[in-house]
Amino acid sequence: MSRKITIEPVTRVEGHGKVTIHMDDLGNVTQSRLHIVEFRGFERFVQGRPYWEAPVLVQRLCGICPVSHHLAAAKALDVIVGAGTGDGLSPTGEKMRRLMHYGQMFQSHSLHFFHLSAPDFLFGIDGDPALRNIIGIALTRPELAVQGVMMRKFGQEIIRATAGKKIHGTGAIPGGINKHLTLEEKNEFLHGADPLNADKMVNWASEAIEFFKNYYAANKSFIENFAHFPSNHLSLVRKDGALDLYHGVLRAVDAEGKKVLNDVDYQEYNQYIEEEVRPWSYMKFPYLKHLGKEKGWYRVGPLARLNTADFIPTPLAQKEFEAFKALTHGKPNNHCLLTHYARLIETLHAAEMIRELLNDDDLLKGELVVKGTKQKEGIGLIEAPRGTLFHHYRINDHDQIEMANLIVSTTNNNEPMNRSVNFVAKEIMTGKDVITEGMMNAVEVAIRAYDPCLSCATHALGKMPLEITLVNSENQVIDRKRSFS
Amino acid sequence: MANLIKFKIDGVECMAEAGTYIVEAARQNGIFIPTLCNMAGLIPKGACRVCTVRINGRFMTSCTTPVTDGMEIESNSPEILDLRKSIVELLFVSGNHFCPACEKSGNCELQALGYLFQMMVPRFPYEFPKKEVDASSPKIIKDQNRCILCKRCIKSIKDEQGRSFFAFRNRGNHLEVVLDKEMGMKMTDELAEKAMRNCPVGSILVKEKGFAMPIGSRKFDKKPIGSEVQV
Repeated sequence: MSRKITIEPVTRVEGHGKVTIHMDDLGNVTQSRLHIVEFRGFERFVQGRPYWEAPVLVQRLCGICPVSHHLAAAKALDVIVGAGTGDGLSPTGEKMRRLMHYGQMFQSHSLHFFHLSAPDFLFGIDGDPALRNIIGIALTRPELAVQGVMMRKFGQEIIRATAGKKIHGTGAIPGGINKHLTLEEKNEFLHGADPLNADKMVNWASEAIEFFKNYYAANKSFIENFAHFPSNHLSLVRKDGALDLYHGVLRAVDAEGKKVLNDVDYQEYNQYIEEEVRPWSYMKFPYLKHLGKEKGWYRVGPLARLNTADFIPTPLAQKEFEAFKALTHGKPNNHCLLTHYARLIETLHAAEMIRELLNDDDLLKGELVVKGTKQKEGIGLIEAPRGTLFHHYRINDHDQIEMANLIVSTTNNNEPMNRSVNFVAKEIMTGKDVITEGMMNAVEVAIRAYDPCLSCATHALGKMPLEITLVNSENQVIDRKRSFS
Repeated sequence: MANLIKFKIDGVECMAEAGTYIVEAARQNGIFIPTLCNMAGLIPKGACRVCTVRINGRFMTSCTTPVTDGMEIESNSPEILDLRKSIVELLFVSGNHFCPACEKSGNCELQALGYLFQMMVPRFPYEFPKKEVDASSPKIIKDQNRCILCKRCIKSIKDEQGRSFFAFRNRGNHLEVVLDKEMGMKMTDELAEKAMRNCPVGSILVKEKGFAMPIGSRKFDKKPIGSEVQV
C-alpha cells in the first residue's frame, strides 16, 4: 500500500518547514520534498520607503543573522549614494562593518553547531529524541553547552558594540557606519576576563574543530556516504581568491573544481543568476543561467565557500583548510555532512579575523561615511553564515525604493536541500515496513547540515506560488486552485 | 516681585506665578505631566489631550489651563494615568507606527510615552489606515503613517514672512498635515532639521541622513521621558 510520510515541523532549524515523502506499494520512495510553509513580504514592504531605511527594515527578516541583511542592504545602498561597489568606504567604515560581520558569523555558526547540530553527533541521529537536543547537552556535557552559549555571547557583544544592539542594530548606514569602537570596548574584547576574550574564542573554535574531527574519524563511512552527491558551488571570493565573507567577486565551481563562473562583478548578478518558481514551495529555485535549470543549480554556505576559495587569509584556519582540502585531494568536497567541518573552520577564521581587526586603530578613529554621485540602482552581496546573500534595490527620483529583490542564502540552497532529502529518504527508507523516528531524523540531519533559515528564505510576494488542493475522504483530488499562472 | 500663588498637585503644595499653565507650573515644582502637542514657545492648543488632569471633578488639559490660587489638581491617580495611556494607545492604533525601522526611534516622544505608560499591547484594535508618503520635497519626507496631527510643525516651521510650510488638509477622519509643495521646494537645510526635531514622532524626516545617530546616544535611550523634570 502506498504511503505518505510527513515530517512536520522540521526541528532545530530557523523557521518552519515540512518534509513529505511518498512511497509506492513496493516501498520505494517515489518523491520527497522539503516544503516551506510560511512566507514573508519584505520585497513589497520596502517599496515606497526612503532608501536609507532598508538596512534597518529588511533585517527584520531574521532574528538569527539580521546583520547579514543589514550589511547586504547597506552595501547595495553604498552604490546608490556613490560610495563605490564595496571597496570605496573609509577604512573605519569598512573595518567596523567587517568586525560586525565576523562577530555575526562567529555567533551564528556557534549557535548552529552547539545548539542545533551537536545533539546529533553526541547522541546519534537515532538517539533518544528526549535527550537529543540542547537540554540533553546541558545535562550530559554541561561544559560544551556553556562553551556554545559563551561563544555566542562573545559574537553578540561584538555586534552590540558595532551595530548598537545585539539584534537589529542600526550601525551600517549608506556610505559607511554611524560609530567608532571605543577604546574600552576594544580592550574588553581583547583582554576581557576569561572566557570572554578573543584569544579564548580562537582556542575554543580550534577545540570545536577537534571535536568534529574525532566524530568524523569514528564515523567516517557514515559521514562520507550520507547525502553525498556532486553539485556546483558558489560564493564570493576576494579578488586574489582568498576566502572573504564580506566582499569580493562572484565565483562558482563545478563538482570537479572547474570554474563555471569566473570571478565576475556581482553588480551584474542578474546576467548570471535566474530564479525558478515551483508550485509546491514558497521558496524559489535559483540557478546559473548559462548552465540552465537542470545543470545550473548550486550550493552555497560554508562547504561551497571552502570549495571556491583558494586559501584562507588567517594562519590557524588556513592550516585547517589545507587538511580539509586534502580529504578530497584539492577537489571540491561534496559531502553534505562535512558542511559542519567547513562551518567550524569558518568559525575559527572569524575568531582570528575578530582578533586581527580589534588590533587595528582605524576602528577607534577616522572618517565614518563616504558619499559621491548618487545612483538609481545598487546591488549588495555578502557571505551570510548560510551562504551568499543578494540584495538589489532601485530608487525613484524622490529617494523612495521602487524595486527590491532579495535572493537569500537558504533560497540558493533550495535544490541541494531537496536533493539531500531525496538522497537520504531513498537510502534509509526504501523497502522498510516501519519508518522509525530515527529514520525521519536522518532526513532532518540532511537539511540541518545546510543550517537553513526558512523564515529568511520566503520573502517573495507577487510571484508567490500558492496552490490549494481539495481532496475527498477517498483521497481523490476534487479541486485545485493556483494563485499564479 | 512675581505674583506667586499656592496650589496643590496630588496633595503636594506647589507655588507658581499666577497665570502659568498647569503643565509648566508643575514642571517648575518638579512634577512631570506628559505632553505631545505642547511645545515651549508655541501657543498651547490642547489637541492631543495627553496632559489631561482633573480639577473639581472635571477633566482639563493642563497645557491650556492656568493655575489659580488654591487650585487642587489630580494628576497621577490611577484613573488619570490610565486615561493618558489610553490616548497614547489610540494614537498608536490610528496610525501605522512601526518603531523598529523608524529613524525617530529613541528620539520619539510617542514611543517614549508608550514606554513610560508600560504599554504592552493597545486595548483598541489596529486600524491599519492607508496613508501616503510625500517625498516630493528635496529636503524632507512627510510620512502620514506616523503623523499624530499635533500641529507643532504648522505652528513652528515658517519662512521669513511668517508663512507656514505645513497646513491642515481635509476634515474629520481624513484630516492630515501636509507640506506646501511650492514652499517645500524652497525649504532650507536648517528648517528641515528643525522640522524633524520639532516633530514629536517620525512623520518628518530629513532626507538622506537616516540613522546617523547610533543607538545608545538617542534622547530617550538612557533616561525615560520626563526624568529631567521628575526623578
